[in-house]
Amino acid sequence: MIPPPFDYHAPKTLPEAIALLGQLGEEAKILSGGQSLLPLLKLRFASPGHLVDIGRIPGLDYVKEEGGFLRIGALVREAELESNPLITSKYRILTDTASVIADPIVRNLATVCGNLAHGDPANDHPATMLALGASVVLTGPSGTREVPVASFFTGIFTTALKPNEVLTEIRIPVPPAGSGGAYIKLERKVGDFATAGVAAFLVLKGGTIERAGIGLTNLGPTPIQASAAEAALVGKTPDEAAFASAGTLASSATSPNPDRRGQTDYKKEMARVLTIRALHKAAQRAGGN
Amino acid sequence: MARHSITVNVNGAPRSAEVDSRLLLVHFIRENLVLTGTHIGCDTTHCGACTVLLDGTPVKSCTVLAVQADGRNVTTVEGLEKDGKLDPIQEGFMQEHGLQCGFCTPGMMLTSHALLERNSKPSEGEIRAAISGNLCRCTGYVNIVKAVQYAAAKS
Repeated sequence: MIPPPFDYHAPKTLPEAIALLGQLGEEAKILSGGQSLLPLLKLRFASPGHLVDIGRIPGLDYVKEEGGFLRIGALVREAELESNPLITSKYRILTDTASVIADPIVRNLATVCGNLAHGDPANDHPATMLALGASVVLTGPSGTREVPVASFFTGIFTTALKPNEVLTEIRIPVPPAGSGGAYIKLERKVGDFATAGVAAFLVLKGGTIERAGIGLTNLGPTPIQASAAEAALVGKTPDEAAFASAGTLASSATSPNPDRRGQTDYKKEMARVLTIRALHKAAQRAGGN
Repeated sequence: MARHSITVNVNGAPRSAEVDSRLLLVHFIRENLVLTGTHIGCDTTHCGACTVLLDGTPVKSCTVLAVQADGRNVTTVEGLEKDGKLDPIQEGFMQEHGLQCGFCTPGMMLTSHALLERNSKPSEGEIRAAISGNLCRCTGYVNIVKAVQYAAAKS
């Protein structure tokens, strides 16, 4: 399959990329890892007139803790989250997530920021970023603005990103002591989109839950933050009873469509079960039970 | 539609061409360079038959534009043999009968070659995880894993 015709641009700097995007407007799409965009073009689901490849811009492939945040630059590949010692030791929820996205070869090119910018509710990182309370940095002609991931996804394949902006960084608050997170995905086969996926993050203090984050994958038109379930967990002891009621609340926050991966009821039930499992794993990693 | 002059270092030699923006790397390799060892299988980023090394890293060349490879190094299966001597991974596939129809083999070998470059003694689990983006519908993978283990022992 050959993509529809387009013009290709390879700016050398971020300002050059942003100027180009401003000039080309809605006709342009940003090409980064290309592992979602190129298949869409080949299947003719999209036919932008221009691709602006940000892949040749230096300095965007950093992963670092700075100013109280873990910062992930626009060109960090998924594979990096599986091998970077900072991530594999301190941010295991990110390694969980990256390692179930597509397959290892795709992850060599696919970017973490692209996984958010694409706006696909079936993508895995949005749920994780919701659970972690992350935000994204959008860089445009007049500078940068920071948008919480919780308000980034505005509809199916739609985000707060303007046509002349680049998602340049993900910011995750450095997790406090006594915290842990996990991502669990149910998939039919390696590399498939989630039938259902749940990211859970817990901060424990003195035997009770101080803060909880729960994000859900492919269970509605956008990634879902299970706010009622999160609120219900605060102040509780991290045990089966608390997790069971959080599972029920998370499930009722979903509105999955029936498809080849399952019927609505089945997916809602999987949301419940996976929420409980993800919470147990997060609690274990936080040093609870 | 814009055309671009690109030069890609393929198997150690610079190869130049004028290509359309939308030309895929796999078509550049197979049609412009007539290196037909790189196969097109699913054409949808699933099967890994089109795997090549881009600056040493396995990528699916059906999901990379030729212009994205401009100025970079590409290794195809034709580049594994050095000075008339097979790469240990090629020997392994031969000795351990790591193929039947052979369609997935170039991709399998390049992915495994890259694995051994960064992990010279992988466990069976690590081998299986590394090749999970390369589908084989003949062998059941048993002999492919043995072939990689043969190459690991050899190199």
